[in-house]
Amino acid sequence: MSVQAEIGSVDGDFSIQATFDAPAGTCTAIVGPNGAGKTTLVHALAGLIPVRQGRVLLAGQVVDDPAQGIRVPPDRRPIALHSQHNLLFPHLSVVDNVAFGIRCAGLATRPARRQAEAWLHKVGLADLAHLRPAQLSGGQAQRVGLARAAACQAQVLLLDESLASLDAKTRTDMRHLLADISATRVLITHDPVEARIMADQLLVMEQGRIVQAGAPEEVAADPQTPWIAGLLDINLLAGHATGTRVALDCGLALITATPMTGPVLVTFSPAAITLSATQPHTSARNTWEAQVAHVQPEGGRVRVLLGAPAPCHAWVTSQAANELGLSAGSKCWAALKATELTVREA
Amino acid sequence: MTDRHASGEPNRRPPIAVVVMAVIAVAILALPLVGLLQRTPWSSLGTTLGQAATLEALRVSVVVSLLAAAISVALGLPLAWVLARLSFRGRALVRAVVLLPMVLPPVVGGIALFFALGRRGLIGRALHNWFGLDTLIGTTAGAVIAAAFVSMPFFVITAEAGLRQLDPRLESAASTLGAGRWTVLRRITLPLLAPSLAAGATLSWARALGEFGATITFAGNHPGRTRTLPLAIAQANEAGQPEAAIAMSVLLIGVSLLILIGLRHRWTAPRTPRSPTSAEASPP
Repeated sequence: MSVQAEIGSVDGDFSIQATFDAPAGTCTAIVGPNGAGKTTLVHALAGLIPVRQGRVLLAGQVVDDPAQGIRVPPDRRPIALHSQHNLLFPHLSVVDNVAFGIRCAGLATRPARRQAEAWLHKVGLADLAHLRPAQLSGGQAQRVGLARAAACQAQVLLLDESLASLDAKTRTDMRHLLADISATRVLITHDPVEARIMADQLLVMEQGRIVQAGAPEEVAADPQTPWIAGLLDINLLAGHATGTRVALDCGLALITATPMTGPVLVTFSPAAITLSATQPHTSARNTWEAQVAHVQPEGGRVRVLLGAPAPCHAWVTSQAANELGLSAGSKCWAALKATELTVREA
Repeated sequence: MTDRHASGEPNRRPPIAVVVMAVIAVAILALPLVGLLQRTPWSSLGTTLGQAATLEALRVSVVVSLLAAAISVALGLPLAWVLARLSFRGRALVRAVVLLPMVLPPVVGGIALFFALGRRGLIGRALHNWFGLDTLIGTTAGAVIAAAFVSMPFFVITAEAGLRQLDPRLESAASTLGAGRWTVLRRITLPLLAPSLAAGATLSWARALGEFGATITFAGNHPGRTRTLPLAIAQANEAGQPEAAIAMSVLLIGVSLLILIGLRHRWTAPRTPRSPTSAEASPP
């Protein structure tokens, strides 16, 4: 286990309670509304906020155990943190900012700077090495902050909204970069797609507590609170695009309105799916016969979870659900317009 | 940064009344100096300043003011840190006591020092009894203490303001990248604080250089030991040698002006980023 936290309470006015395990090398995403305590939790892991009750183990080392009087300061924890405010050192150049953590790990100035330059190259900012942080745009500063944290090569990498102000293309690149890092990653995000595809484990935090935890697909399939249901109320399927045809990993092929090539992510709203009892003759480019996995009334509408061949969910009215006789195990036809699909590079 | 640009709107005519009052203010501050410079015997300035007594006073001034500034920095920095970073009961009182020498007439400071450190003073007697240390009165060390007494507040107040402006999250960020206390201090806190520290040190040095009242009251007026330039100027003026007094005054004014002009750059240059607009200009 690389991160083990049983936090009963922390110092300060904010009360959080969180128990979770993150196995070594995995990625844990924390999602939740503003003010839910996500940053407080990450700061507690980093040692910036003292844990008052509970225990935290990082990479097998007890770093917080107030009952035994153990409290390891941030610099002696096997962590690196990228804050949502970046907090680049204004008096150091970009490359010296990135080299900071490497030098703290004991490397001399020159090799540290060389490693820092390599990291800047990875985040696509090799040209800006000698600028000052004040001369960077928001997105550039964020990538420098990310590189600075990643360059520490800590066993646990804590990322607080590290991709929030990047454009779509850069965000994809940085996501790949983070996926290649072997450290145990704990990241805070507001992006449902990011949470779904990056995380091995999703922690849903509301009002200082973890209200749901599990694999992203599990949480998406059975969200426990209205907030997380709203956040994950989107269907996401991975596949390979050739022009406007996407061969999904699950076997189904979808026609889209956006020609692309290579690995892609297809997203669409659950409300965009039309269900019918028989094969429909419709303008929708995509129809398939689906197995109903689960039917769950929620308010005036019904959430229909479709299983094979393409796992996704659809919203229908209770009336429609009754007329179609939808129940777990039954079959129905799904129709989805090509123009309802959003395709992006994976 | 952008605010500064927005508020620094060009081409607005300044209000006449403000300009007039500003000119009057400058006149009040500058006219006495003009009067002095107008009376300065420029031709004999070199010989007057070259006199042994003047050079001696200059030497005492330099030694005393530099030592006083060094003490102000060495003790004032920890004090500024305590005032800026720790919250404790009575902090407001401590700060008031620390800043008191700035508003007190220096002669009051001198008298207070005399009764504290003099032979029969509270601390002076203890120093004599325990360490066999005789009175500081009449010694260069005494003059240094008097100068430090009046000049340290200038350093403390500047350093404290600098510490308050420093974002403590930067220090936390450094620690989450593996920097221990000393590394944070050496590579983050002190470099970020450097402009304030330089400004504070220069201000306190300038104040020590101009110190008169506390020095003459506490340390006395002994040539070669406690007679600094200001004391020598007063001495010359009273002894009916206005020309020597004027010459030394011009010297002091010159040194002080140089310090203040240098200080202006210290204050403005390092903290503001070079150009806020260059972010757009740089390659994406």
